[in-house]
Amino acid sequence: MGILRIIFIRVVYAIALLLAVIVLNFSLMHMAPGDVADTISQSMGGADQEILDEIRVSYGLDQPFIVQLGRYISNVVQFNLGYSFFYNQPVTKLILERLPATLLLVITAQIAALLIGVVLGVISARKPNGLSNYVVTFLALFGYSAPVFWTGILLLITFSLNVHWFPVAGMRDVTIEGGFWVHFIDVSRHLFLPAVTLGSIFLALYSRLSRASMMEVLGSDYVRTAKAKGLSENQVVYKHALKNALSPVITLAGLQFSAVLSGAVLVEAVFSWPGLGTLAFQSIIARDTPTILGILFFSALVVIIGNLLTDLALRLVDPRVGGNK
Amino acid sequence: MSHLLEVKNLRIELTTRDGVAPVIDDLSFTLNPGETLSFVGESGCGKSMTALALMGLLPEKVGRVAAGNIIFNGEDLSQASDQRLRAIRGNDISMIFQEPMTSLNPVFTIGEQIAEVLRAHQGLSRRTAWAQAIELLDAVRIPNAKDRVSDYPFQMSGGQRQRAMIAMALACQPKILIADEPTTALDVTVQAQIFDLLTDLRNQTGAAIILITHDMGAVAEMAERMIVMYAGRKAELGPVDQIIEHPRHPYTKGLIECVPHIQSNPSIERHDLVEVPGIVPSLREFGKDQCLFASRCAYLTEACLTSRPDEKHFANGQSADCWHAEAI
Repeated sequence: MGILRIIFIRVVYAIALLLAVIVLNFSLMHMAPGDVADTISQSMGGADQEILDEIRVSYGLDQPFIVQLGRYISNVVQFNLGYSFFYNQPVTKLILERLPATLLLVITAQIAALLIGVVLGVISARKPNGLSNYVVTFLALFGYSAPVFWTGILLLITFSLNVHWFPVAGMRDVTIEGGFWVHFIDVSRHLFLPAVTLGSIFLALYSRLSRASMMEVLGSDYVRTAKAKGLSENQVVYKHALKNALSPVITLAGLQFSAVLSGAVLVEAVFSWPGLGTLAFQSIIARDTPTILGILFFSALVVIIGNLLTDLALRLVDPRVGGNK
Repeated sequence: MSHLLEVKNLRIELTTRDGVAPVIDDLSFTLNPGETLSFVGESGCGKSMTALALMGLLPEKVGRVAAGNIIFNGEDLSQASDQRLRAIRGNDISMIFQEPMTSLNPVFTIGEQIAEVLRAHQGLSRRTAWAQAIELLDAVRIPNAKDRVSDYPFQMSGGQRQRAMIAMALACQPKILIADEPTTALDVTVQAQIFDLLTDLRNQTGAAIILITHDMGAVAEMAERMIVMYAGRKAELGPVDQIIEHPRHPYTKGLIECVPHIQSNPSIERHDLVEVPGIVPSLREFGKDQCLFASRCAYLTEACLTSRPDEKHFANGQSADCWHAEAI
C-alpha cells in the first residue's frame, strides 16, 4: 500500500472528523446562555428588548438553530470563520496572526520534551539501580505532579525577576533592532521559560515511558543477538534497542499533542505569550462566539495534523505498522 | 595435539535469591577444528549457560565464571577484556539462538543485520557488505536472495529466519559455531533441512560446531562426540555411536530409552516408552558433594549419597561420572 494512498484515506477521515467537531462546537456554544447581543448591550450600559432584538437580527441570531448551523458550516468550508465584533477583525485573520506563536511554543516544548525525555529514559534504563535512575525518577515525578501555572510562576520569579536571565513576558522586545539572528536570539530568550514550563509535564511522561520500554527491549532476544554479533555497547543500545523502544513513546507523544495544546493556554496566560491560548482566554471573557469557535476549529485541525504526522513517524520507525508487504 | 577450544574445570555461579548456585560445576572438555560436539540434557542442566559463557555473554551481575579456564586458540577467554571478547564474538565464535522468531531485530532488514556484522569485524564498506549479505543468503539457500535481502524479519517464515540467522552467524567465517537448539521452534521437515544445511556449511567452511539440543536424533545424525549434562555437571562424554550403543551413565541410558521408535507393524508387541522418574534437583542442591542424579537412579547405593562420583575413563574414549559406570 502506497504511502500516498494512506495519506489520502487519512485526509478523508480528517475532513469528516473536522465536520463533526464543527457541528458539536457550534451546538455547545448555542446551548450556552448569553450571546453577543448581551455583551454588546452590557458594554453600552444596558439596552431594552427592542435594541437587543435588532442586534440579534443583524447578526442572524433570530434564525432557527439549523439555519444558523448551515450558514456557519458553509462559511467555514470557504475558510470564513466569521467576524469578531470584539476585535473588529475577521476571525481567520485574527487566528492566523496568533497561530504561529502557539505552534512555535507547542512544537518546541514537545520536541524538547521528547528528545530529552528519551535520552533520560535510556540512561536510567541502562543502569536501573544507579544514581542517575533515581534522579530521573525524581525529576519525572516532580514535573508530572507540579501544576503548569505554578511551575511557570516559580520559574518566572526565579529566572526573570531575581536573576534577570530571561525576559518576564511577551514574545519579542519591540525596541530591539537588527538582522534575523538578533531577532532569533530575542525570540529564543522569550521562548525559553514558557517552553520549559510546558515541556516539564511531558518530559516526565516520556522519560518514564521510554525507560520502561527500553528496559523491556534490553532484555529481548534480538538485543542478545546484537551482543553476540560483537557490536559495541552503544550500537546495541542506540541502534538495536532504541529503535524498537521508540514506538510506544511516539504513540504517546501523538496522543499527548492535544494535551500540549490545551496546556499551552495556561502557559500562555502566565507568560503573556501572544498565542491562541491568550486569545481564547480573552474571547471567552468577552463571549466572542465566532472567535472561540474559530480557535476550537483550529485546535482540532492542529491535533488532527499532529496525529497524522505521528502515524507517519511510526511507519518510519517500525516497518510492521500497517503490514505493508 | 592442539585443540581449538579447551575448557578446563569451568565453574559458573549464578546469584539467586537463595544464594549462589553453581549452574556449571567442574566442566572440562575439548573441541577440535571442524568437529561437531553435542551437548545433551534436559532444560536447566547448564547447556545454554555453557554456550553463553563461551561467548562471554553470561547475564550481567547475576552470572560469572567463578573458576576454570576457557582457552580458545591459546587465549584464555575467561580472563579476556570486554573489548577483546567483542572482537571475538560474531567473528571467531558465533552463535545461533533457539527462537528465530524473536532473535532477529524486527525493525531492521535482514540484509542490514547481516551486513552489520561484516562492517563491524571486517571493516567492509556498506556496498560490499550488502553484496556479501546477498551471497550469504544465497549460500543458506534462501531463494531469490537478491530480493529477499531487503525484507524485514516479519516477512519471512520461521525456517527462513533461522537460515538468515545462520547466514549472520557464518558471515565472518567463524572457527566455532554454537547452535543453541537451532531447530526447537521449527517444524520437523524444516528441522531436517536446517540440519542438512549446517552439515553442508560445516564441510565447506571447516567451522567446528557446538550443537546444543535435546533431540537425540539430531545428535546421532550430526555430531561426532557428545556430552551429556545433568544438573550443571557432566554425566557422560564420548563418541556418539559408542554412547548410544552402550551408555555408561544411568541418566544417559534413560535419555536414550526415552526416544520413541517407529514400528512398521504396530500390532506386534512393543516396549513401553520409558521415562526417567523424578525431577531435576533444585538449584539449592547443585553444590552438594553427592551424585545429583541419585534420587532418580535405579543403581543407587550408599556411595552415591555421600560423595560426588569420579570420572571413569574407558578404552573407547568414553568417560562417565558414575560410581557404577563399569557395571552398567
